[in-house]
Amino acid sequence: MDFFLQLLVNGLMVGALYALVALGFVLIYKATDAINFAQGELVMIGGFIVAVLLGSYGFPLVVAVAGTIVAMIVLAFGVERMILRPLIGRPVIAVIMATIGLASILKGIGPLLFRAETKNVPLPIPDAPLFVSGLLISPIQIVAVAISLIFLALFGSFFLRSRIGIAMRAVADSQQVAMAMGISVERYFALAWAMAGIVSAIGGIIWGNLLGVDVHLSLVGLKVFPVVILGGLDSILGAVVGGLIVGGVESVAAGYIDPYVGGGTKDFIPYLLMIVILMIRPYGLFGKEIIERV
Amino acid sequence: MLTLVNMEVMFWGLILVLKGISLQVRTGSVTTLIGANGAGKSTTLKAISGLIKLERGEVTRGSIEFDGQKIQNRYPEDIARLGIVYVREGRRIFDELTPEENLLVGSYLRPRGEVEEGLERVYHYFPRLKERRTIRAGYLSGGEQQMLAIGSALMAKPKLLLLDEPSLGLAPLIVVEIFEIIRRLNQEEGVTILLVEQNARMALGLADYGYVMENGKIVLDAPAEKLKEDEDVREFYLGLSKAGRKSFQDVKSYRRRKRWLG
Repeated sequence: MDFFLQLLVNGLMVGALYALVALGFVLIYKATDAINFAQGELVMIGGFIVAVLLGSYGFPLVVAVAGTIVAMIVLAFGVERMILRPLIGRPVIAVIMATIGLASILKGIGPLLFRAETKNVPLPIPDAPLFVSGLLISPIQIVAVAISLIFLALFGSFFLRSRIGIAMRAVADSQQVAMAMGISVERYFALAWAMAGIVSAIGGIIWGNLLGVDVHLSLVGLKVFPVVILGGLDSILGAVVGGLIVGGVESVAAGYIDPYVGGGTKDFIPYLLMIVILMIRPYGLFGKEIIERV
Repeated sequence: MLTLVNMEVMFWGLILVLKGISLQVRTGSVTTLIGANGAGKSTTLKAISGLIKLERGEVTRGSIEFDGQKIQNRYPEDIARLGIVYVREGRRIFDELTPEENLLVGSYLRPRGEVEEGLERVYHYFPRLKERRTIRAGYLSGGEQQMLAIGSALMAKPKLLLLDEPSLGLAPLIVVEIFEIIRRLNQEEGVTILLVEQNARMALGLADYGYVMENGKIVLDAPAEKLKEDEDVREFYLGLSKAGRKSFQDVKSYRRRKRWLG
């Protein structure tokens, strides 16, 4: 039982981090209806930048984090302006292909600019695990979970309460009607990408610390899809719940199955879950059902 | 307030849809544009509101003047900023948002302090929206959605309201209700209205001045009272002839032609 609990707690904590990465995806999908396949790569670039600022240049932590966030906002703006804006109004598939292309480009540019070797992101957080009622928990995970939850709550209330957030949902709902109301759709697209940039920066810092920064960091992006399909593509709450479920399930499954099959369970269980969800509830747990009038 | 002079609209740079439209909307009036399907009524409104740009359309000749300013071929959001709000046909609202959120989006261009007052005004005209303000707008009935669409436009405090077929697909009683509210908006709030309708009877009953469109051209225009009495309008748009209602059995091939099409 302790073994199970330990697996579950670890999984949930990792899941909160998946949720953070998925949040970037959801923000863009919610506001612009674009499916961003480059989310993991954005996180990777965020990781690279913070690692270089901290490691190679030795900036203090606060400066490095702020610098990373600013750099990622600039990058996200650039991506929106140069790649996605020209595609506004084009078929969905064009946008998907463009973001897949973007993913490859970022994967190439990252190591090119920042060197390929694995870097670490030293954060001033103790390594020694804590014992909480018999369970081992590492401090970085607690910090990570706290940051994730704060961000998720902030963005969640932003979309529900603030005027700008509501306008953003309106843009996502119908661009043309929004324009006729005097809303500058392009500005909101840029804003959504900037927000995704911030989330990617934070994701890069935390994931970079946990895994080390190199090209493989972009693989966290692969976990985004099961999470958002499970939670609902456009739901922030869905990203949280989906993240926790995926994290928990994969950790428990890996703990029990891996000893027999020799590893790899973590990689396929989330996708198995995703396929099942697609069959029984295609819009996810919290996604919007399409309203149909008959 | 709004003057179109000989406006031509072309799509994709080669399809001429509107062939020289001239019309005028006076401040404080209700002006209506009637005509059959495909006459170009909605396209005229889209040209004014700038939405043709999104469909690769363009005003290629003539001008659109609003309060002395030339506004053709501007972006829709710029036009909205000038105080022209376009309520599209088919009740385009934000399905995923609640009615209240829809209205908040409508007030996007107004200062925050006016929001409360705006909501109150809309709920005053459409009490039903207040009852249903927290459910998703996609689940409202057709009439309520049309009310919401007009209400959202009202939130923007428009100088000129472009209404595109507010009666489309609604039960006759609801249509009467909505037209009554449109009339009150004009009289009590002083909103200038350009109304596009297929329901010529309702439109002419409400409007001060009317234009009749066919095939991308304006073929008749007169004060609404006069148009209602016009023989051609009576037969082709109101479905009346001298003998009263006509049975389709009696329709002969030598019935009156639309002579002005030629």
